[in-house]
Amino acid sequence: MINDILIIARKDLKEVISSRGSYRSGLMYLLIVIGVMGIMMPLSSGRIWLTEPLIPLVWAWFPILLVINVVTDSFAGERERNTLETLLASRLSDRSILFGKITASVIYGWGLGMISNLIAVITVNVADPGPKFQFYDPLVYLALVIFPLLACLLMSSVGVLVSLNAPTARAAYQKLSLVMLAVIIIPTLIGNFAGEKIAQQLTLIFKGVNFIQLGIGVALVILVVDGFLIWLAMQRFKRARLILE
Amino acid sequence: MDYAIQTKKISKSFGQIKAVDQVSFEVQPGTIFGFLGPNGSGKTTTIRLLLGLLEPTEGSSNVMGFDPLSEGQKVRENCGALLEHTGLYERLTALENLDFYGRVWHLSSEERKNRIKELLEKVDLYNRRDEIVKGWSRGMKQKLAVSRVMLHRPKVIFLDEPTAGLDPVASSAFRDDLLNLVQHSGVTVFLTTHNLTEAEKLCQQVGVIKNGKLIMVGSPDELKLLKRSAVTEIVGSGFTDGLITSINQLRGIESVVLQDHHLRITFTEGADSSFLVPFLVQQGVLIEEVRKGKASLEDVFLTMMEEEND
Repeated sequence: MINDILIIARKDLKEVISSRGSYRSGLMYLLIVIGVMGIMMPLSSGRIWLTEPLIPLVWAWFPILLVINVVTDSFAGERERNTLETLLASRLSDRSILFGKITASVIYGWGLGMISNLIAVITVNVADPGPKFQFYDPLVYLALVIFPLLACLLMSSVGVLVSLNAPTARAAYQKLSLVMLAVIIIPTLIGNFAGEKIAQQLTLIFKGVNFIQLGIGVALVILVVDGFLIWLAMQRFKRARLILE
Repeated sequence: MDYAIQTKKISKSFGQIKAVDQVSFEVQPGTIFGFLGPNGSGKTTTIRLLLGLLEPTEGSSNVMGFDPLSEGQKVRENCGALLEHTGLYERLTALENLDFYGRVWHLSSEERKNRIKELLEKVDLYNRRDEIVKGWSRGMKQKLAVSRVMLHRPKVIFLDEPTAGLDPVASSAFRDDLLNLVQHSGVTVFLTTHNLTEAEKLCQQVGVIKNGKLIMVGSPDELKLLKRSAVTEIVGSGFTDGLITSINQLRGIESVVLQDHHLRITFTEGADSSFLVPFLVQQGVLIEEVRKGKASLEDVFLTMMEEEND
């Protein structure tokens, strides 16, 4: 089954990269993304890029945006381009296809995030050389590896469910973008309208919090939600159902 | 295993609509079976049932000894399918398309390379293997899709209206390629079509389906004989008015027309015509030539559809 998953993931990644007309233009797009996230942004921030605790949040959002593109193209796009039924008529199991597609979107988003992340470290050290090569704090780096991975998995699972109900890849992309906007805008609005008193109370609460424990707790919650959404996707991703849809 | 494909009173309903209704037939291994019917008659649903992509409402089926309902994966392992759409990844090249499915079928790297070369050479696409499929004509895509179907040497292949949308030249070339591909492999082909000429040229057996019901199964020749109003034309001399009156009074005769030295006799459907020549000889007619008229499969098919409508 793992071999089958990788076969699907490989094909989906090829399709995504060639979606801009050719592999060349697809790779150019990837280079631009890596250039912006791995060179331009760290250059403008300097060494603070490696020490600011909010940086992991930046890295967690960036791969999610990439995942949305792949997951919608992979699920809704495959149906829209009339290739899904042929795939379902092959020897591959429903689960291999489902997990192959999730793997492709996670590899794409998380992988690009990780590559950009490492290039950012080199960029900062080259642009602003210190006495020795500077890297993230090990715990921050662990968070940089784990949170984007969980976030990609989460968005990928949501993407599967949205794509299964969307008539086209574009419609699925728009729906997922709205979900993303809601996730970003709602906390911002709450923050703006909550008032000074509530903000102060929240600051007090966070002052006493052990961030390692909080991180582990949040990661576990995301993991449970991921598991539930993947289970839900497995229930929805059934041959007979997909054929009739 | 006597049959490559066998269905027993298989049905599939979607709500109140019976897409396939108590369909039973058998397909011998190594033959091309044509499944004929108008649009929406249940052809594609039957293929989906046989591939285990849909669960039947009732009845059972068997493909290469496996039950599609409980052993769908084994059925699909033994089959190849070219469904309503080509199913090609148009952003990828021809080679990448075949390579992907080669991997899906777990062909080794060497095997994939050789098999892809062999198949693409047969359909004259090997030199274009590195081209993106998107810009190709429908005929080329169909040829590539058939190559994909044959890639893993399936024992049964399902082709759902493979020449739909192709021009006559491309259709003819496609048929030749298909025959070329299947003749040497001993594969069983289940072909749905509403192109009767195609069925007549390719198929050893045909089944006619309408509104989900299988109306008839047999060889194209059997079907033609079974349903036509037979016409016998006799060239000779000695045809008198009295003789024509006598023939008209015989059982099973629909009409008798004499034109020059040609006597054209139309029999009612299913009537036995074997008595005619001895009868004419007995009456003193000198017979030079006897021709039995043959209705095309298309005539028969249209008659069947009209009868069902009545």
